[in-house]
Amino acid sequence: MNSSILSLRTALAVFLLAAALVSTASAKDIALLNVSYDPTRELYVDFNAAFAKYWKAKTGDTVTIKQSHGGSGSQARSINDGLQADVATLALGVDIEALYNIGKLIPQDWQKRLANNSAPYTSTIVFLVRKGNPKRIKDWDDLVKPGVGVVTPNPKTSGGARWNYLAAWGYALKKYGTEDKAKEFVGKLYKNVPVLDSGARGATTSFVQREIGDVELAWENEAFLALKEFGADKFEIVVPSLSILAEPTVAVVDKVVKKKGTEVVAKAYLDYLYSDEGQDIAGRNFYRPTNPAIAAKYAKVFPKLELLSIDADFGGWTKAQKTHFADGGIFDQIYVK
Amino acid sequence: MAGNVSTLVYVAKHRQRRSLKDPLWVRVLLIGAALLFVGLFLLVPMASVFAEGLKKGWGAYFAAFRDPDALAAIRLTLLTAGIAVPLNLVFGLAASWAIAKFEFRGKALLISLIELPFAVSPVVSGLVYVLLFGAQGWWGPYLPSGEHPWLGSWLNGQDIQVIFAVPGIVLATIFVTFPFVARELIPIMQVRGNDEEYAALTLGANGWQTFFRVTLPNVKWGLFYGVILCNARAMGEFGAVSVVSGHIRGLTNTMPLHVEILYNEYNIQAAFAVASLLTLLALVTLVLKNLVEWRHRRVLEAATASTTRQFIS
Amino acid sequence: MSLLRPQRSALPGFGLSLGITVAYLSLIVLLPLSAVFVKAAGFSPVEFWQAVTSPRVLASYRLTFGASFLAALANVPAGVILAWVLIRYDFPGRRIVDALVDLPFALPTAVAGIALTAIYAKNGWLGQWLEPAGFKVAYTWIGVWVALTFVGLPFVVRTVQPVLEELEPELEEAAATLGATRGQTFWRVMFPALRPAIITGFALAFARAVGEYGSVVFISGNMPLKTEITPLLIITKLEQYDYRGATALAVVLLVGSFTLLLLIQLFQRRTRGARA
Repeated sequence: MNSSILSLRTALAVFLLAAALVSTASAKDIALLNVSYDPTRELYVDFNAAFAKYWKAKTGDTVTIKQSHGGSGSQARSINDGLQADVATLALGVDIEALYNIGKLIPQDWQKRLANNSAPYTSTIVFLVRKGNPKRIKDWDDLVKPGVGVVTPNPKTSGGARWNYLAAWGYALKKYGTEDKAKEFVGKLYKNVPVLDSGARGATTSFVQREIGDVELAWENEAFLALKEFGADKFEIVVPSLSILAEPTVAVVDKVVKKKGTEVVAKAYLDYLYSDEGQDIAGRNFYRPTNPAIAAKYAKVFPKLELLSIDADFGGWTKAQKTHFADGGIFDQIYVK
Repeated sequence: MAGNVSTLVYVAKHRQRRSLKDPLWVRVLLIGAALLFVGLFLLVPMASVFAEGLKKGWGAYFAAFRDPDALAAIRLTLLTAGIAVPLNLVFGLAASWAIAKFEFRGKALLISLIELPFAVSPVVSGLVYVLLFGAQGWWGPYLPSGEHPWLGSWLNGQDIQVIFAVPGIVLATIFVTFPFVARELIPIMQVRGNDEEYAALTLGANGWQTFFRVTLPNVKWGLFYGVILCNARAMGEFGAVSVVSGHIRGLTNTMPLHVEILYNEYNIQAAFAVASLLTLLALVTLVLKNLVEWRHRRVLEAATASTTRQFIS
Repeated sequence: MSLLRPQRSALPGFGLSLGITVAYLSLIVLLPLSAVFVKAAGFSPVEFWQAVTSPRVLASYRLTFGASFLAALANVPAGVILAWVLIRYDFPGRRIVDALVDLPFALPTAVAGIALTAIYAKNGWLGQWLEPAGFKVAYTWIGVWVALTFVGLPFVVRTVQPVLEELEPELEEAAATLGATRGQTFWRVMFPALRPAIITGFALAFARAVGEYGSVVFISGNMPLKTEITPLLIITKLEQYDYRGATALAVVLLVGSFTLLLLIQLFQRRTRGARA
């Protein structure tokens, strides 16, 4: 059974290769589907245009990139259920990991295939507060004070919310030393949350449009975007003493690109995220570039702060997911007393 | 749903109004209460949709429809409704004929099953198709490897995309709008009885002739009404379609999904503009409905006299 | 199939029409829905029971079924008054009101949810007056109730209207002649006749509300144990690839709704039979 599939695949590969050789003579139209999470809409509008231009200049082929955005977790689920994504650019490693765990769509070592843990750009979690910071929110400790309304989405349905939660947890663990204390701290924090939206964008809408709460825990890039969209005269960003290094990861979905014959261009697409141009676009859209040279250019925009790392401080995503966010995990425990 | 028929009924007869019996204060109070309720729960939400859509003026309002992604969403929505509604129309005719014209055991069960999609959570309506046609499809977890011959995997192997493509969206829409036409026709056909059909048969007509020349003309307005409601829901469905769509911009986004996208992009004015277009579709639906009733009042008057009570079913 | 043989009718086409009906019903509704049951059957009975009775799930049932019940309940007096007013009285804008009643059928639920949230949030049209008065609607169970009331509004109106229309005026006149007040006439004479229609409308509104998702998630706030509806928990479970857990909850909702619909059908056949 397996060998027949294998030989079938070989035959197919040979056929595709032949077809590719035949057709290289003339320019092609290629369509890619990039399945991404909510806050990257603006980033990929810019980046797709730049990549199409670059690819046209390089190969003469016209590439159009279709976008799909949604909650990071549900996007991963859709790919596993058969959404024909050439590349997945999601909010957390654990969501891409699911493409291996559940659907076996990518190899186990996917994260080693690209530089910097397959995270071409990074971000962190900051506080977005109303102009003048009326509640004087400076650091995580201010979030658990009575009377402070904290807006953050539901970690069960939102990738960004999981970074928020872990940053708070990491801060408390570092400051108070024990897991019990950290649990108490996080519990108090979530007592101050009036609305748990299902996604990061919903949380921003609640905070900005509906005027819920005093502070929103937000992706740094989302906070900057909110300033840009809704006016720097209405909100300001507060950078806490400690936060977490958020690594949105990317991967080529091997099974799909092999079937569609888009392997080369899909790989080039992700590589281009690491190019100077790609890094610059990320910086312009408020993501922290990983290329030191480009990052230096944006050093003024992004404040330096101490960042925890998911691998070093939390033992990796799989463990963090199981401990904190699975049904019955610590997040559930702080609600079910 | 049955209620929609009732509207026809009451419009048919409302000319002979008997408002004299209640004292003025009761009338004012009740009308006031009804208007307050309608105002709070219906008028205000609808007005707010238009108010938000027009916040930046007519220019911005119409600009929301010129976006290629918006146009693609409108096209997909029309296509989906264009497939789902006729299929449910044929089904509705068959089901109402079987149920209204014949007595058989298990009828109550059959009617309940037909109504079932009304009560199924839209989330579940989408989920069932993911379970059937998804790459992790039916039975997937019970088999040792990903390579197994069941429907979903087979389809994927054949390169036939059901979910995250137009077929899945159409299927979910059919599911959600499944009962509308049947639900509308069954009570009307029941009220009509079989006498006219018997007469036609006695006079030598065959079954199809009887159906097309006698039954269909008798129920055509109810049918029209069912189709209108079915169409409105088909265009407006959000939850079920959201699960199977894949949200690919310009490709698998319907109008309600496009509204959500715009909303999530902080483009709130455009979101409400597109939403108002959907609201307009709903209103056109209602105007059509009233037109139908008006034109058909007399026909209905004759039909309703005896057996209205059964409409409640 | 012999059970399904018609008992009285000489009309042709029973086999064909019932065939189409059953085939289409099976293909579009029953087969897909059976996938839910098959998936949930992956659980042992104990696991299933645990999945559908965890504290968070129980809290969501309380909200989902409770708010749906209250919404359907609110729709009863509102629906009866609306039906009464639309049938018995003439006033300017009556036709418009009558047309508007069907709006919740036609308006996409997400749009309804966004609009309702915008109205009842503390800076919204109504929220700005209600919230300083200490009456929070958006992001509380009351918001859930408002959304579900909106969704179920047409059902009671549209089931009561025809019955009210058909009530013989002679009955009311007779009651009045015998010395009954208007109030007594309504409660003793008219209400019993309206009751089956009211129950039908109530049940349809309730069944619809139990499954509602699109309009509720925007206004509910989604707080675990407080404003989290069961359909949202289904989505949450899906996010964790817990398909079995999701389908188990779906089965609970489905069986609940179906039982209700079947009961109405049987109830109505009985009452109709009693009248005939």
